Amino acid sequence: MASIELNNIVKIYADRKRGRELLTLDHVSLSVQSNEFLCLLGPSGCGKSTLLNMIAGFETATAGEVLVGGRPVTAPGADRGMVFQQATLMPWLPVWDNVAFSLKLRARSAAERRAAAQPFIDMVKLTGFENHYPAELSGGMAQRVGIARALLLNPGVILMDEPFAALDAQTKIEMQEELVSIWQRHQGTVVFVTHSVDEALVLGTQIAVMTHRPGRIRELIRLDLPRPRDSTSPEFNEIKRHILALIREESALARADLASAA
Amino acid sequence: MSWLASLRGSRDRFIVPVVLILAWECLSRSGLLPASLLPAPSTVCATWADWIFGLDESSQANSGRWLHDALASSLRVFAGYSIAAVAGIALGVAIGWWRWVERTIEPTIQMLRPVPPVSWIPLAIIWFGIANKPAIFLVFLGAFFPVLMNAIHGVKTVDRNLIRAASMMGAAESQMLRFVVLPAALPSIFSGLRIAIGSAWMLTVTAEMVAVKSGLGYVLWDSYYFMRFDLVIAAMISIGLLGFLTDLAIKLVMARILHWQHGQTVQGRTL
Repeated sequence: MASIELNNIVKIYADRKRGRELLTLDHVSLSVQSNEFLCLLGPSGCGKSTLLNMIAGFETATAGEVLVGGRPVTAPGADRGMVFQQATLMPWLPVWDNVAFSLKLRARSAAERRAAAQPFIDMVKLTGFENHYPAELSGGMAQRVGIARALLLNPGVILMDEPFAALDAQTKIEMQEELVSIWQRHQGTVVFVTHSVDEALVLGTQIAVMTHRPGRIRELIRLDLPRPRDSTSPEFNEIKRHILALIREESALARADLASAA
Repeated sequence: MSWLASLRGSRDRFIVPVVLILAWECLSRSGLLPASLLPAPSTVCATWADWIFGLDESSQANSGRWLHDALASSLRVFAGYSIAAVAGIALGVAIGWWRWVERTIEPTIQMLRPVPPVSWIPLAIIWFGIANKPAIFLVFLGAFFPVLMNAIHGVKTVDRNLIRAASMMGAAESQMLRFVVLPAALPSIFSGLRIAIGSAWMLTVTAEMVAVKSGLGYVLWDSYYFMRFDLVIAAMISIGLLGFLTDLAIKLVMARILHWQHGQTVQGRTL
């Protein structure tokens, strides 16, 4: 199990169309202990996905460092699993071969891959769909395959970029419950990007609320609510009210920024 | 009564060709045109049969040599097409994937591409003489560019997220090409291969008319000199038939390899 350390992350993009530089992340520091489930919550454009992509190794910080398990992140790698907003399955591979894709890269035989994939296919409740192709799956099922694929890597860290955003409300709730139960059994550190307050409250052990651009951590909230989380309980709603107030404030500031820029 | 309807459907599609052939037959026999300029379908069939089976020497020196001619043309198509397919896919993937290959090679290729393959005939004859080689060279030229362009396009349009997902699972570059980029580009590569087989036949026939002394194209052009239009038409039909069959073969291979696309149409509807 690995911890994640973000030290004074700064990210500046060159905005070529307007011929100036855009500060998206402004000295973000965050540390996530092993086996924590951190939800990154913030208004759109606050740089939460950028932050996640840095932990993944897809983007590099302009300044500051990202450490996973004490080692600096320089490139994408199999020590971290990623679940994307879209399932990003290989359309030419059946479910079992998608789940075991990382073993294909390690030159394992088809029989080995099949056997290794099965428990993870069962875990995400896709038993019986092993030989289906991605085009034959619903959005929720495809996303489950993506989760099973990330779990098979058995990484210390799982990164999730709004993985349930494209799903309908009912499927979303089911998937959230499943994810929590998988995480409880499987353990590991999870960083989950979302813009839904409810989702963050149902899933996380911690919620990092980000500011509007340039993104900083506005507040780190510990969640000690019992599981399964009851979204109607007073404690749940008290925290929700607090977070919503923070977000409302940030959106107002973002609008004011826009108005003064125009 | 669906079998009756389908019988009716398959009957419908034959009405126009049958009427056309009958009208052609009547026109040829009516004597309005000299029979040698517009040979009747029955004459064409008889000549073709002799060309294939060597029945009555009605196709003169060509009698019984159809298989030989068809094989000669097919081999040229096969040789030029295979080289073009391998080279086009390899170079196309390289150009699509590596920026430096694109920068160094693509401009040259784009300059050569607009030159019609047929205009290479004089050079092909000077370089390779009158035999199989100039024909294979021309077939290669005609088939190479469609395969190349489609391979480049296929690689460039690979979903970036698939590449991200694979790199997150620790894929090395060679694995990325083999397990992600190539399979993802296959649908596009196959459409290039299907366009290319048409060009390949066209150029074999052209080459045989000019630079080779055998094959279906040679028989076609030679028969024109002897005013044997029945043989010309028989050669045209033979080339069309072989072109159709090779395209069908590629389609079958494609359906097998791209079976994961099955049940999807271009419009995205499931069948």
